Amino acid sequence: MGPTLDFSVVFDAMPLLLWGCLGTLGLAVAGIALALVIGVLGVVTRGSAMAPVRIATIAFIEIIRNTPFLVQIFFLFFALPGLGLKLNPTVTAIIALGVNGGAYAIEIIRGGVQSIPRGQTEAGLALGLHPAQVFRLIILKPALRAIYPALTGQFIMLTLTSSICSSVAAYELTSVAQRIESDTFRSFEVYFTITGLYLAMSWLLMSGFALISRRNFSYPTR
Amino acid sequence: MSKGFGAAEFLFLLEGLKWTLLLSAVAFAGGGVFGLLVALGRTAPYAAVRRAMAGYIAVFQGTPLLMQLFVAYYGLALLGLKLPAWVAVAIGFTLNASAFLGDIWRGAIEAVPRGQDEAASALGLHYGQRMRDIVLPQAFRIAQPATVGYLVQLIKGTSLAAIVGFIELARAGQIVSNQIFEPILVFGVVGAIYFCLCWPLSLLSARLEAKFAAATR
Repeated sequence: MGPTLDFSVVFDAMPLLLWGCLGTLGLAVAGIALALVIGVLGVVTRGSAMAPVRIATIAFIEIIRNTPFLVQIFFLFFALPGLGLKLNPTVTAIIALGVNGGAYAIEIIRGGVQSIPRGQTEAGLALGLHPAQVFRLIILKPALRAIYPALTGQFIMLTLTSSICSSVAAYELTSVAQRIESDTFRSFEVYFTITGLYLAMSWLLMSGFALISRRNFSYPTR
Repeated sequence: MSKGFGAAEFLFLLEGLKWTLLLSAVAFAGGGVFGLLVALGRTAPYAAVRRAMAGYIAVFQGTPLLMQLFVAYYGLALLGLKLPAWVAVAIGFTLNASAFLGDIWRGAIEAVPRGQDEAASALGLHYGQRMRDIVLPQAFRIAQPATVGYLVQLIKGTSLAAIVGFIELARAGQIVSNQIFEPILVFGVVGAIYFCLCWPLSLLSARLEAKFAAATR
């Protein structure tokens, strides 16, 4: 049998694949939200005056960043039920994505907080701004602007990483594709098509992030 | 009926580790050679070449590594090439690594002050000489921390070969885990082995970066 391509089965399955895309985006959004929460809390514990808290945070960051996501999700998949948490694969996947993304987010957000010179706060207060205004306009916004490219880049990485969640049968694009593949045996056609869908999703996210950046962060700094 | 995690199981994991290391080495070598071509193309004096390389990088950075492996694995088979699984997977990793290393090295080439290239040009050096003797040696220094950092991503990425069925460290862990029914212990050990491999590289990358930041301050 020579090399023949037949994309018709993939086109027939397109509605299923588009639902899979929604599953992937849902996983990504939930994972990003959890990663942000872990990221902000982690910045606080990372700078804690209590050494054990600080060291535990550093250990968490280093362990997560130096082991593969695949091993992390397998570990969680088996370890969470041991903690009495009987979760479905999709929730496990969200936790795994959030924990993984959170470890990276801590270091990124910490860099942004450190990039704001102390004098800036004092200058704001001296100009008669309310402390809440100082925090929102003089600390939070410039810090967000400084970390925005790294943070959104990490979010897109997280979205692409979510394809690995197919290995615990979470509901997302890759596992939908694997089901279609095992029904049709059109492996190349199926994976080639969903690679295109992933590319479209990451471009969509990138454009969205760029739009937010232009709306909020396009003011001169010097 | 579990027979526990003994020496035989640990040796099986080490056998998997051997393939993880081999796969990482092949992908890094192949990715290094093609990545250099991508970086040179991305900074080439011809707009068409620059755009083509930018497209190559965007596609590989905008799609999951797992999909790239699947497409390489099944695509090569569809072309009638009967390759062993590890060769097909190594080709996938090489293509991916060349895009990421190409982008890192593109940044490093652009970070070399323009005057260097212009001065060399004024001295009558042609493109090959300028790149080999003037720009690339400096770019290589600049790129060191990010390149070592990418090596960590690469080693972790080879775990995805497990999903295609290739028996490296992560797959070996799955097999042992299915045999002795102690997934938490087995994946803990597998994670620890990856950590021992990646953490020193992460520390080296951070130290190189600090050294470079101190040198340019």
